[in-house]
Amino acid sequence: MKLTVDQLHITLDRKQILRDVHLEAAKGDIVGLVGPNGSGKSTLLRTVYRSLRPADGVVRVGGDDVWELSARTAARRTAAVLQDAGTTTGLTVTEIVALGRTPHHGLMGRDGAEDRDAVAEAVERCGVGPFADRDYATLSGGERQRVLLARALAQRPRLLVLDELTNHLDIRARFELLDLIRTTGITTLAVLHDLDLAARLCDHLVVLHEGAVVAAGPVLEVLTPDLLRDVFGVRGATERHPDGVVRITYAAQPLAFAREPEPEPEPDPEPQPEPAKR
Amino acid sequence: MVVAVSIGAVNIPVADVWGILLRHVTGRGATGDPALDQIVWTFRAPRVALAALVGAGLAVAGAVLQTLVSNPLADPVVLGFSYGASLGAVLVITLGGVALGGLGGLGVSGAAFVGALAAGALVFALGQRQGRLAPTRLVLAGVAVGYVLLSVTSFVQLLATPTELRTVMFWMLGSVAGAQWSQLPTVTVVVLTSTVVLTLFGRRLNALLAGDESATALGVDVNRLRAVLLVISALLTGTVIAVAGGVGFVGLMIPHLVRLTTGADHRRLLPLTALLGAIYLVLVDLLSRTVNRPNELPLGILTALLGAPFFLWLLRRNKGLDTV
Repeated sequence: MKLTVDQLHITLDRKQILRDVHLEAAKGDIVGLVGPNGSGKSTLLRTVYRSLRPADGVVRVGGDDVWELSARTAARRTAAVLQDAGTTTGLTVTEIVALGRTPHHGLMGRDGAEDRDAVAEAVERCGVGPFADRDYATLSGGERQRVLLARALAQRPRLLVLDELTNHLDIRARFELLDLIRTTGITTLAVLHDLDLAARLCDHLVVLHEGAVVAAGPVLEVLTPDLLRDVFGVRGATERHPDGVVRITYAAQPLAFAREPEPEPEPDPEPQPEPAKR
Repeated sequence: MVVAVSIGAVNIPVADVWGILLRHVTGRGATGDPALDQIVWTFRAPRVALAALVGAGLAVAGAVLQTLVSNPLADPVVLGFSYGASLGAVLVITLGGVALGGLGGLGVSGAAFVGALAAGALVFALGQRQGRLAPTRLVLAGVAVGYVLLSVTSFVQLLATPTELRTVMFWMLGSVAGAQWSQLPTVTVVVLTSTVVLTLFGRRLNALLAGDESATALGVDVNRLRAVLLVISALLTGTVIAVAGGVGFVGLMIPHLVRLTTGADHRRLLPLTALLGAIYLVLVDLLSRTVNRPNELPLGILTALLGAPFFLWLLRRNKGLDTV
């Protein structure tokens, strides 16, 4: 389902977090949201999953302003995997996946065949079946993220919002998760810290810097050496390798660009190694 | 429960108890010994029923509050409700109707109810900022309000006579000894309705376990949910504390017992918590009037004394808690 964010302004505690943000994700697209810490990525996500109401601007999912929809209707369209861990002790993996059915029921709603199908399909797809009856608290980081993704898929959403899904995971778990997301075919907006992963997963990137979009488009067009230097403060170059994967090569001293050019420091007099005393 | 009715200062055969209860409910059958009849029907039956309702109410309120403020230590005591009730009760017991005018007319129960709700309202008001009820702020507001109410209560107790102090102490430790049939309809309606309504919110309470932001993304209006359920919990707590006094530990322990054994899904947790809470308090009440026959012990002494060791044993056995 198409996502459109238009002329979005967010001010929290008199501090402007987002300025005139525009963003689009076409149906089936995977859009990566990247930017340094504090650039407003998570805030932008909050407006999409209808947690933060913008004073100015509009977020449309499937053509409708999310604030014109009820919380439940919006949640049947958009599922999110976020960073807040909650206190999920006591719930089994299956029960957590089944939380994804929450927006499909009112107070009186009982679980039906559709709910069981959705949960079973999500469990299968994310490969969490082998530990379906275990307590969430006993799982490893990679297993937990797969469970949360399964919860989101059980929602049967048409837009996925992911906040740092692959944080703290080992490289194999990261790749597996990214592949999983690609195969769902669901329109996705993903905040990713790791630019390499973003380049690997996403069709398009949107770069946030100090609350504003400074670049948007296909990965190679966005991650230019100039942008890496101006936004992320590192020296690097991006290229597509023959195997089709986009890779970023960083220079050895990335911090050199983050600072004002300084006069060459006087070379310290090399401390003479003291003669070994015996 | 029938067995609980049959045991006490005077033991009455279970069959006789059945007979007496049936005759009162159906209006038929032979009239037996009027003394036994009075013990069973006027004193013990309402008492056992009230113990069950109070246990269920406190346990359910505790379970909901723990989830609402995402804190395993939460219960009506931690959120200040119980201290509000204590202050109300102590004011009426020590100062009586004279000094208090209108409030005195409420009696101890009425004042305790008003106190619990007032404390709830205060915690609610202090726990929010810009219309948002944040869990940590709620807990801290509850604890702070509780301490203030406790110090006022202590001050009032200084003014009390030794006889009044004894009454105060008994009230604070809780008891269902004074149960009367006339109290039961209100308490029954409140406890049953709250338990049913809260169970209907079970799915949303489950979502709240995933964290506030995740629950929002699951289509739950977290702030409204918290407000509605806090009001229901305060009403529920106020009602049962008003009739039974400050019975502690049930609201904290019973929900955890159920969670540790059958899981945290609220659609199962809340009814089972109500059931276990009811059974537990009936048993505790039974002990309270039999260990030291014919004298009675307050409930509050036994709830923790009996419950805590079992609870600790269960805690040690549970592996899931190590990794949190």
